Amino acid sequence: MLYFASVREKVGRESEEIELPADVATLGALRAHLRSRGGAWAEALAETRALRAAVNREMAPPSAPLRAGDEVAFFPPVTGG
Amino acid sequence: MKICVQREAFDAGAEIGAMSRDPKTGAVACFVGSVRDVNEGTSVEALTLEHYPGMTEKAIAGIVEEARRRWEVRDCTVIHRYGELRPGDPIVLVAVASAHRHDAFAACEFIMDFLKTRAPFWKKEETPAGARWVEARPSDEAAAERWQDSARKSA
Repeated sequence: MLYFASVREKVGRESEEIELPADVATLGALRAHLRSRGGAWAEALAETRALRAAVNREMAPPSAPLRAGDEVAFFPPVTGG
Repeated sequence: MKICVQREAFDAGAEIGAMSRDPKTGAVACFVGSVRDVNEGTSVEALTLEHYPGMTEKAIAGIVEEARRRWEVRDCTVIHRYGELRPGDPIVLVAVASAHRHDAFAACEFIMDFLKTRAPFWKKEETPAGARWVEARPSDEAAAERWQDSARKSA
């Protein structure tokens, strides 16, 4: 797991390894799982917040399937250029 | 083709000069973006650009690849900086060499529009009221969407 920009600041963490629970098979389910940690996690990953995510360094929708060993990142909409 | 994600400043003139200029290249279009000293009515003292190492280069390569599918691109250089920048500092360079100006202009604008909305960079501004993350703009998203519409029309 990787967290960038305001998400990283809110959860106070830039990376971690997590064990996927058996019922977490998609990116959207993973976001909900992390949200269930409560506190800053519930706020940073709130459903109302527009966030983007990547699986193995490619932008991915909430329906994207996850496999063991995947690199998953959550971040706000990008503002480069 | 050259893609660089770097902390250091770049020399736009030298980069354009170093591009492949084979005799079939008739046009080079170039965009240089730099840090403004004001954003949404607040003065900006400094800007820190964060990015996602590994994904950023891949995302930019994908955008350049898509531009090459759509237009005749003979050479292309994209440089995007990260780290701490000051007003007036250059942030991004996109230069496209083509046989004709239409392809060079269009590919350059396409690459910029997608850099703004698909490449994983985030800007944080230092203002007199403290630091703040820059919010993504709907107008930037609309600019990128416009190209998808044109792809659908021509498909």
